[in-house]
Amino acid sequence: MTAISPQELIDFTYMLAAVGFILALKWLSSPVSAMRGVLIGEIASGVAVVATLFDPQVSQYRWILIALIVGAGIGVPLGMVKMTAVPQRTALSHAFGALSAALIGVAEYYVAAPNVPKFEMAEISLEVIIGSLTFTGSLIAAGKLQEVLPQRPITYKGQNFLSISVLTAAILLMVTLVVHPEYTHLFPVMIGVALIFGVMLVTPIGGADMPTVMSLLNSYAGFSAALLGFVLNSKVLVVAGALDGASGLILSVIMCKAMNRSFTNVLFGGFGQIHAAAAGAKEERAVRSATPEEAAAILSAASKVVIVPGYGMAVAQAQHKVRELYDILTKSGIEVKFAIHPVAGRMPGHMNVLLAEADIPYDKLIDMEDINGEFPQTDVALIIGANDVTNPAARTDASSPIYGMPILDVDKARTVMVIKRGMSAGFAGIDNPLYYLDKTLMLFGDAKGFVGSIVRELSGGGSHG
Amino acid sequence: MPTDFISSLFVFILAAFLGYEVIKRVSPLLHTPLMSLTNALDAIVVVAAIIIAGRHESRLSTILGLVAVVASFSNMVGGFVITDRMLHMFKTGKAKKS
Repeated sequence: MTAISPQELIDFTYMLAAVGFILALKWLSSPVSAMRGVLIGEIASGVAVVATLFDPQVSQYRWILIALIVGAGIGVPLGMVKMTAVPQRTALSHAFGALSAALIGVAEYYVAAPNVPKFEMAEISLEVIIGSLTFTGSLIAAGKLQEVLPQRPITYKGQNFLSISVLTAAILLMVTLVVHPEYTHLFPVMIGVALIFGVMLVTPIGGADMPTVMSLLNSYAGFSAALLGFVLNSKVLVVAGALDGASGLILSVIMCKAMNRSFTNVLFGGFGQIHAAAAGAKEERAVRSATPEEAAAILSAASKVVIVPGYGMAVAQAQHKVRELYDILTKSGIEVKFAIHPVAGRMPGHMNVLLAEADIPYDKLIDMEDINGEFPQTDVALIIGANDVTNPAARTDASSPIYGMPILDVDKARTVMVIKRGMSAGFAGIDNPLYYLDKTLMLFGDAKGFVGSIVRELSGGGSHG
Repeated sequence: MPTDFISSLFVFILAAFLGYEVIKRVSPLLHTPLMSLTNALDAIVVVAAIIIAGRHESRLSTILGLVAVVASFSNMVGGFVITDRMLHMFKTGKAKKS
């Protein structure tokens, strides 16, 4: 048996890294073992990076070390952002991931061009197309989430036709390049078309559809890395890309199910557009409103309260005030739980992270499926900045655009309180019959301010309860 | 069809199935950390970027490789840092008091 070559040793560490990645995700199944998962992921990645530096193909370390230091210099601040900025940070990291995969594909192409074998050309082109469109698409998503770009869906006539034409053009360019790899001038054109398609893909999507888009971009970024693994024959990239792609795909399916919509509907539906008509036919109906004093009195008389947070809570940065409310109610012996709809917020799991940051124990954050059975035994359902996910029309009104969407059954609680700025419709642009129920009290005001007033009442009044 | 393709496809399919089985067990509570962790793991493309940059085959490939090193390594570092921070925030009622 001959001695092990350095290359084989490096490949062996890559295999160990791949095992580490799988363990990392396995241990993420519960918050108890999750920290261990991150640690093994860090070790696996670190070992793979260090081993690569010993690769005999690598000469001249100076620039590589500088690039690594610059990368770390960008990465650390991006890892330290506030929890409210996590959705845009994640979108940005999809963009970076896709960018690096695309750039490596481009570099591979120009090293080999124009004598690229057909099969390799197909792999590289596909990889570069997916990487490029994910890059620009993710940048648009990040821009929308950061509110640099308008959050609402931007739609125009003939949009779907134009988008599909652009995608077709990219694929035709790819086919041409496979047949005639010597047409090297077409390669940058193909990249340009893919970059434009990425912009067109995400621009018409906004608001409550963001969790689905984030998940889809996640899976694209993963699959572009896996394709790069095919191009370079690097199994560790194939494994990491397959895991990332599978994860994004699973999340996309969960998000779609939670909105009762299909992939094509999210990507080509123009959600806001369809429902504009439904919002038009709104009649004036009476609602009951209440002051912070009244709300505080009802809460302190309750024995079980379920709080339903939505994107509005994140926008108002109300999570810390909500924690104060949680503390004060819990201290006076009231059972408080949080009902989390899968698409609440702007990315999967967004509400959980915000509430965990505010020090609310995670065992009080309950999934839709588990909490829905508890609403009939709930005295007060307090809705903070959520709308469509509580709309009973999804259950009862077959003509409603959101009919069939799984919702939180807040209307089954004895009393419903809704903190809301005004009577405006939610993202879907439809009226919420919940607000007109006899058991519903509207608490008009800013989420942070209103919760703050309730907390003051409860702590000042003292002798309630 | 190159033999490399078949062996890569072999690995891809198995990893995707395994990933599906493992990831569907991740609690919805942790979907945000799941996304940031998979992004950090996906940033392993940095090893390919290092090799492209280190081979010095052309000026263009070296520059593209270096930019890819910056982009992917920032993702790796940032992804692990934020996942770690998020998971530290998830505490039970009991753990909080102790």
